[in-house]
Amino acid sequence: MVAATPILLAALGELVVEKSGVLNLGVEGMMITGAICGFAIAVETGSPVLGFIAAAIGGALLSLIFGILTQYLLSNQVATGLALTLFGLGLSSLIGQGYVGIRPPAVEKLNLGPLSDIPFFGPVLFNHDLMVYLTLALCVAIWAVLKYSRAGLILRAVGENHDAAHALGYKVIHVRLLAISFGGACAGLGGAYLSLIRVPQWTEGMTAGAGWIALAIVVFASWRPLRVLLGAYLFGGVTVLQLNLQAAGFSIPVEYLSMSPYLITIAVLVIMSAPRKGKKGRASLAAPACLGRAFHASQ
Amino acid sequence: MKRRTILAGAVAALALSGAAYAQDKTKVGFIFVGPVGDGGWTYEHNQGRLAVEAEFGDKVETIFQESVPEGADAERVITQMALSGADLIFTTSFGYMDPTNAVAAKFPNVKFEHATGYKRADNVSTYSARFYEGRAVQGHIAGKMTKTNKVGYIASFPIPEVIRGINSAYIHAKKVNPDVEFSVVWAYTWFDPAKEADAATALIEQGADVILQHTDSTAPQAAAQKAGNVITFGQASDMSEYAPLPRVSSIIDDWAPYYIARVKAVMDGTWESTDTWDGIGPGMVGIGEISDAVPADVKAEALALKDSLADGSYHPFTGPLKKQDGSDWLAEGETADDGTLAGMNFYVEGITGDIPN
Repeated sequence: MVAATPILLAALGELVVEKSGVLNLGVEGMMITGAICGFAIAVETGSPVLGFIAAAIGGALLSLIFGILTQYLLSNQVATGLALTLFGLGLSSLIGQGYVGIRPPAVEKLNLGPLSDIPFFGPVLFNHDLMVYLTLALCVAIWAVLKYSRAGLILRAVGENHDAAHALGYKVIHVRLLAISFGGACAGLGGAYLSLIRVPQWTEGMTAGAGWIALAIVVFASWRPLRVLLGAYLFGGVTVLQLNLQAAGFSIPVEYLSMSPYLITIAVLVIMSAPRKGKKGRASLAAPACLGRAFHASQ
Repeated sequence: MKRRTILAGAVAALALSGAAYAQDKTKVGFIFVGPVGDGGWTYEHNQGRLAVEAEFGDKVETIFQESVPEGADAERVITQMALSGADLIFTTSFGYMDPTNAVAAKFPNVKFEHATGYKRADNVSTYSARFYEGRAVQGHIAGKMTKTNKVGYIASFPIPEVIRGINSAYIHAKKVNPDVEFSVVWAYTWFDPAKEADAATALIEQGADVILQHTDSTAPQAAAQKAGNVITFGQASDMSEYAPLPRVSSIIDDWAPYYIARVKAVMDGTWESTDTWDGIGPGMVGIGEISDAVPADVKAEALALKDSLADGSYHPFTGPLKKQDGSDWLAEGETADDGTLAGMNFYVEGITGDIPN
């Protein structure tokens, strides 16, 4: 679960962004910026909670650069997103110069009392830090908001057909900027989870591609929050499981173990997202119709 | 007419200054597999680069590209660097071997130096350090220090250099502790802090109380520190920020003297394609300070072992040794030759598990 949380956070954020019709490829950059912002503030203040808040703010601020460039200045989203990744990697290593080799304040595991003593299920389900559970709650909340609330409906309307949403009087740009900054905050939290809990230390380039995995999971999960959850947990779970199997000396060839996280996650999500009989083209409908398209009121 | 003369004069002046500039400065390029701030492998190569700058000052210009993936991308980056006028290019990871040789064939006037590989050409040298000597010292300390008799080893890729390290560490751990067992985890990456930390955690959960790593970041150190009661060794760099515990010692790569010598050779026009493989003796491999967490007698033994490796009186692969399948490898007193070591693709007797292909 620890391995899955950063990817899940980043993927959830990106899901909301893409649901609003914006394709932000800068997840990696926002994650790493969040990782160093969170780490730096946690070290300076001694409080991991403040660190996580700072990480969310850092990620959101960085994503707003992307937001302003793509929404007001109508720059290309793909190119801007890639540039954001490069910028985030550079910025984070600049900020991180003085933080190499420092130990962050420890994050306590949540004490759930007798629950964590249950054999097998105890350590697996009830022996984690607060962020793991908050992330799970966030996932369910995003699912519920997108599905049942008016705000979710507006978000989806903007993502499916921004002209129609505009005609109805919704402020397309504002909705998108909010979604982008939410995505940035989530990615920042994911990064901070890496630097504060999972590793825990600051190293340049420490996300090492986690942001891209998150992007892929959103697509393979066909833009559904609960499938994103499944995908991230499968990926994270199998990653750790295969390392454990290796350490325990199981006689499965290492090549297969190493590729298993990718294979299993993709296979499961693709099978789940495959169009079924009677419901023609479900998968192809899953992508928000206006994904990656710029909006300007004059068009 | 007059204008044309001025133009021609300007062009000639430009060309002259360009030529003078090129003669003045030797341009040295470096290709890194991770970020220069990884605290390990790439960090030390970058220290070597900085030493070159400090040594030659204005006479040299260095350029570098970090986090270059091994494979097709590397070829593109190396080509770019050769096109930009580099005179000498160091490619500092095993996976750059074929790309380096492919680019070198296209640029016969550019000199290339490939770290840890075995393919050479007229303009391609190889260089590496005998890390396995350092691994012997680590293995000795690991065998003495482990209480659970389980040593975890985070390996990167199944290449001879990594396998040599595993074998050397195992032989020397086994020597002082016959009950010791090694669990090897292949991470299939040189640099991925999250995965390295996960691998360390997995090994610790399986009962290992000593973690050796052959990956580049300090993440396993952090994971060991978090778990507590686990000792580690710095890899490629001292990683002294994790001393005295969990990091009890380290292998330090010192590339600076080699880089300076090679750049000098290019400047003097004496550069030739060579194969360099130096160990503790010439100083390319250093043993970081053994911390106070190690008992004094173990420390003394480890230092004695280091000295015998340095003066050449002891070779880490000295017979009798058998291969994993039980077949004889080295007879009593026989030492392994460099050819076998360079292509090592087998475990020694006693290590469990298979080497992936």
